[in-house]
Amino acid sequence: MKNILELNSVSMIYGPVKALHDVTLNVREGEWVAIMGSSGSGKTTMMNIVGCMNKATHGTVFLDGEKISRLNAKDLTAIRRDKIGLIFQQFHVISYLTAVENVMIAQYYHSMADEQEALEALERVGLGHRARHLPRQLSGGEQQRLCIARALINHPKLILADEPTGNLDEANQEIVMDIFHQLHGQGSTIVVVTHSPDVASHAQRVVRLEFGRMVREEQPVERHVA
Amino acid sequence: MNRKTMYLKIILSSLIRRRSRMMVALLAVAIGATVFLGMGSVYYDIPRQMGREFRSYGANMILAPSGTDAAMRLEDARRAERLVAEAKLVGATPFRYETMYYNMQGLTVVGTDMVAVRKTSPYWRIQGDWPVEADQILLGTDIAENARLYAGTSITLECIPAGGKKFKKEFKVSGIVRSGGPEDSFVLMPLKTLESLMGKPSMVSVVEMSIAASSEELALLAERIQAEVPGVSPRPVKRIMNSEAAVLAKLQVLVYLVTVIVLFLTMICVGTTMMTVVMERRKEIGLKKAIGAENKSVIGEFLGEGMVLAAIGGLLGVGTGYFFAQAVSISVFGRGVSPPLFLVAFTLVASLVVTVLASLLPAARATDVEPSLVLRGE
Repeated sequence: MKNILELNSVSMIYGPVKALHDVTLNVREGEWVAIMGSSGSGKTTMMNIVGCMNKATHGTVFLDGEKISRLNAKDLTAIRRDKIGLIFQQFHVISYLTAVENVMIAQYYHSMADEQEALEALERVGLGHRARHLPRQLSGGEQQRLCIARALINHPKLILADEPTGNLDEANQEIVMDIFHQLHGQGSTIVVVTHSPDVASHAQRVVRLEFGRMVREEQPVERHVA
Repeated sequence: MNRKTMYLKIILSSLIRRRSRMMVALLAVAIGATVFLGMGSVYYDIPRQMGREFRSYGANMILAPSGTDAAMRLEDARRAERLVAEAKLVGATPFRYETMYYNMQGLTVVGTDMVAVRKTSPYWRIQGDWPVEADQILLGTDIAENARLYAGTSITLECIPAGGKKFKKEFKVSGIVRSGGPEDSFVLMPLKTLESLMGKPSMVSVVEMSIAASSEELALLAERIQAEVPGVSPRPVKRIMNSEAAVLAKLQVLVYLVTVIVLFLTMICVGTTMMTVVMERRKEIGLKKAIGAENKSVIGEFLGEGMVLAAIGGLLGVGTGYFFAQAVSISVFGRGVSPPLFLVAFTLVASLVVTVLASLLPAARATDVEPSLVLRGE
């Protein structure tokens, strides 16, 4: 399997603060990697760099073989649009669009909105019956599933999730993780940023960050199945 | 679904489902369009409306005998009158000047049409009544004061017409005229009466015309009369024309300034509202950029919302602007006004331009939003 993501000696400096320090990481195609760490460990900084929302101060980043660490804002937008599916802790959706329209808007920015395909994506995350509802009519778990459907709609090379279950109850957390398992089973590459050992335990590989440094890489603790 | 349909769905959903916020901007555009159409209609109608009002200043065209002649044929003056469009001719009054004597004192006696003169000289103030009988006259206020005459008294005038026989005739003073002009020193009698006393019927000294027209139109008319009616020399009254033009220009500048100020205020109101909308929607903008929206898409969506607002607000403004124009015109001029069609189209275009201009800065601000900051809740 080829590397879909490569970070080589990546550092990020905000004024006097070194948020990320000399991080090197490779993620292979189809792999599920969890990036763990406590608050201030550099998880979100790493997520923003990999998600093409910030540029690293030092080091190089390759995504799907393309060097993205020195691209301009417009090209980074294109990479986000074409190659990355972003899922956030807060359920960021557009309040005045229905569920299906929220999925279609990602298609619209990418190429062409296809309502049928958007409905199928909602079906995959169990929201087919809520397609015409506005976000305020959906529960938190449903909104997060809507974000997952939107992240998947353009068939991204990499699914990047930042604390995807951080605002969910246990039942909804299970639903979301089941969806991730399905995606992984279908060959999707997933990088999950989390501080939750339980969420990390679903991944094939766990990378630990502390004070902006990658301290170790480990196999996840075997999950206890009830 | 094609891109245009999705684009429309995005901007219409945003406007419809967030209508309470956008209502402020919509109201501003509608009010701006209302005032624009209303004041614009008045602006373009002022010359027509004021043209009639100005006629209370008196005649603005004098027809005099050409060359060195002391009199002209009334028929020639009537031909000149017929060159004026009927709708624009407020009135035309012939005047014939002669000299008669009262107690051995020479007086200028003017024969005129006592009905027509009321249209060309509406500013005359009559104490008493207008003459209705052949032996009734009006006395200028100066003569009346000097001779201690008043309405209801009699005056005997005498004269020896050229080539005629001396006469002496008593007239009843029906009224005293005060005009603030030379008429205050004249004796005015019906033209027919003067002709019967002095002979030479159908000859007049001047004809005063009151025409509802601009100075340019009057100048063109004068040229035409000069060319087509020999024996008549037309003279636009420059004093009246110039003062009319000055008043018109000032009124139009006033209306123009009010309109510009209202449009400017509309632009500020729309711009402020749109800027607030951008600030409120920073997370949404950040999200759109995070999922791949380019800056031109973000700008396009904000401008699209602005253009829909402008179209709806403009249409509303055209409807209310019609009634506003009526209200202004009726209260100021006492007559209604119909906004010209081009002004309706121009109002819609102006609404669009003002709203788009007002939305440019907020739209540009929207592109400054960093998706990473917004999505972290900062």
